Amino acid sequence: MNNRLSIRLAVIMLVIPCSLLVAFTHYPAIQALINSFWNNSSSRRPSRFSGIENYQALMEDDRLAQILINSTIYALGTIPLAIGLSIGMALLVNSRLPGTTLMRLSFFMPTMLPMIAVANIWLFFYAPGIGLASQILEVFGMPSINFLGRTDTALASMMFVAVWKEAGLFMIFYLAALQSVPTNLKDAAKLEGASALRVFWDVVMPLLRPTTIFVAVNALINAFRLVDHVIVMTEGGPNNSSALLLYYIYEVTFRQRDFAYGATLTVLMVCLLGLLAIVQYWVLNRKAHYQ
Amino acid sequence: MTKLKSYATLLGATALTLTGAASVSAADLEFYFPVGVNAPAVETIQALTDEWAAANPQHTVKAVYAGNYEETTTKALTAANAGQPPQVAVLLSIDLFTLIEEDVILPISDIANSEEDKEWISGFYPAFMSDAQFEGKTYAIPFQRSTPVYYYNKDAFREAGLDPEAPPKTWDEMIEVGKALTVKDDNGNVTRWGTRIPTLGLGGAWLFGGLVVSKGDVLTTETGIEARMDTPATLASLEFLLRLAEEEVMAPGGITWGDTPKAFLEGQTASMWTSTGNLAFIEENAEFDWGVGFLPGGDGPGAPIGGGNFYVFQDTTEEEREAALDFIKFMTSPESAAKWSIATGYVAPRPDTWETPEMKAYAERLPQALVALDQLAYAEREFATFQRAKVTQYLVDAIESVVTGNAEPAEALAKAQEGADKILSEYK
Repeated sequence: MNNRLSIRLAVIMLVIPCSLLVAFTHYPAIQALINSFWNNSSSRRPSRFSGIENYQALMEDDRLAQILINSTIYALGTIPLAIGLSIGMALLVNSRLPGTTLMRLSFFMPTMLPMIAVANIWLFFYAPGIGLASQILEVFGMPSINFLGRTDTALASMMFVAVWKEAGLFMIFYLAALQSVPTNLKDAAKLEGASALRVFWDVVMPLLRPTTIFVAVNALINAFRLVDHVIVMTEGGPNNSSALLLYYIYEVTFRQRDFAYGATLTVLMVCLLGLLAIVQYWVLNRKAHYQ
Repeated sequence: MTKLKSYATLLGATALTLTGAASVSAADLEFYFPVGVNAPAVETIQALTDEWAAANPQHTVKAVYAGNYEETTTKALTAANAGQPPQVAVLLSIDLFTLIEEDVILPISDIANSEEDKEWISGFYPAFMSDAQFEGKTYAIPFQRSTPVYYYNKDAFREAGLDPEAPPKTWDEMIEVGKALTVKDDNGNVTRWGTRIPTLGLGGAWLFGGLVVSKGDVLTTETGIEARMDTPATLASLEFLLRLAEEEVMAPGGITWGDTPKAFLEGQTASMWTSTGNLAFIEENAEFDWGVGFLPGGDGPGAPIGGGNFYVFQDTTEEEREAALDFIKFMTSPESAAKWSIATGYVAPRPDTWETPEMKAYAERLPQALVALDQLAYAEREFATFQRAKVTQYLVDAIESVVTGNAEPAEALAKAQEGADKILSEYK
């Protein structure tokens, strides 16, 4: 009697979360896959089954090739930088220097702001001639740089904004992890004559590996998910130099109203992210030390 | 028993008459509008909307600010696809083909079919009506229309020894004048450019269209299936943009639309090419003497027409359509259009607006406002085809790749034409 009741209860309690999961994750993914095999419909041209035509278009798309390169550079640039910066900030805030509370607040402030607000602030910052960055350059006698108007600086400018925004959040995670590192381990290493750098690199960092994995996964997700600043600041940048994959999906699906191609790109993105997730967990998890 | 019965019938009758009266002509209108220029547009639209709502208490209207032009179109189309479209919206005039293809709008000529309605429609400037009509029907009503104009700093002209009442009229004059206006500091860095023409994004493509018109060609035709991106006129226009940067009249690289007015006000550029819709913003904030002229042209004056029209959506009831038509008539009436023009600098869509006392006083006080109107005679419609967003992106890519030095004009334009033809071939 009890057994049957608990199984029934379990099923009932699982139905709602599972249905939400299916409705918002699995169903759209499968629907996107189905949609990618059809053509667009409109009042002038009816929809037709086009098989792998959309995927062929995907292969021939120059813009997509540029965008995938951009996304790779973006991910490879922001993830290590964000991790490094956040570890540095956490160490700084965890030390016995004066003013750590103020530092903690100011490092975390960017995370609290919505990305749209951040993007608009940085838009002003980067404006050539009238923006803050140009004024600082002027002080040093250098010509103002058109950060968002040059193909070689647009992507780097976007990466800078993203790292600035997310490093504060990662700092919090590292701070918590740092404070849970047992001091006896560090003292033991110091007794053996290890320098501060060696203590950090050989004792503290391995213990932080679970946090690093977590932060790396978050940073990777953000590298693909956060495109608000691209939409606001450069709209894909001069000549697609700052366009990212999710931004391209948004533009193709909602601005250009090409739902079929958008679905194709979505399938690509889902496969890409799945692959990256597998790689990340497989590679990083092997060396993690969980306590 | 009879008393109860009589009370019941009285109650029933009142209820019926109330619901009857309510359903006869009550409509809830949702109205999406964009803001594409620096102007107190939101307050003015809200004030006009409230005025109409006060005069029509049986209807309600909710004005929803939906971002810039592209965002507003996206929002309206997404809402329409979800079955909840706004009843009326101001969208880009060039989105006509997209809206027709997605089958979400209703020709205004279908609703406005009485004799006086037809007279009302014929009372708009033909230049503005040209891109609201397709296959013999009028799909939209002009509201916030503009041409870009050449704003210049008269004080800067005087400093450079130029005549402040003689802005450049041709491309060669622009380069000559621009060279005199550019100011460098001791390190050789430019502190003030001669001119500033936005080249990035949709704003850049709009101004590029003007360059092409001044060379005697157009970018698209009224059929919506032709894009003329690889022509001698477009090549000459791209080469002009490159020359401006080479001769150090304009900053090299991509130039954004959004902060061009600010750069002009801060003295970072002595002149700029931007919409007449920024006129009020410049008037309010300029700390120097400024003037407005025609856009300098290649072979003669030329400009693109731009801006937004009123559209009525298909998924609406009879009452909503009537209310929407009434709302549109009010918003484009001489008094409302006068208020709107004065607050922003947009060109009034009807000739009779200029007869109102407010507009006459405005034209006397600020003669710069008349330049955009006078330029209409030399203006052509903006880039518009089916699948506009996708096809325009090819043009934007071509312009951006050339001004950032990543491609040669001829090959960039050829590539753009190829891409556009591929998409438009499905419609031929």
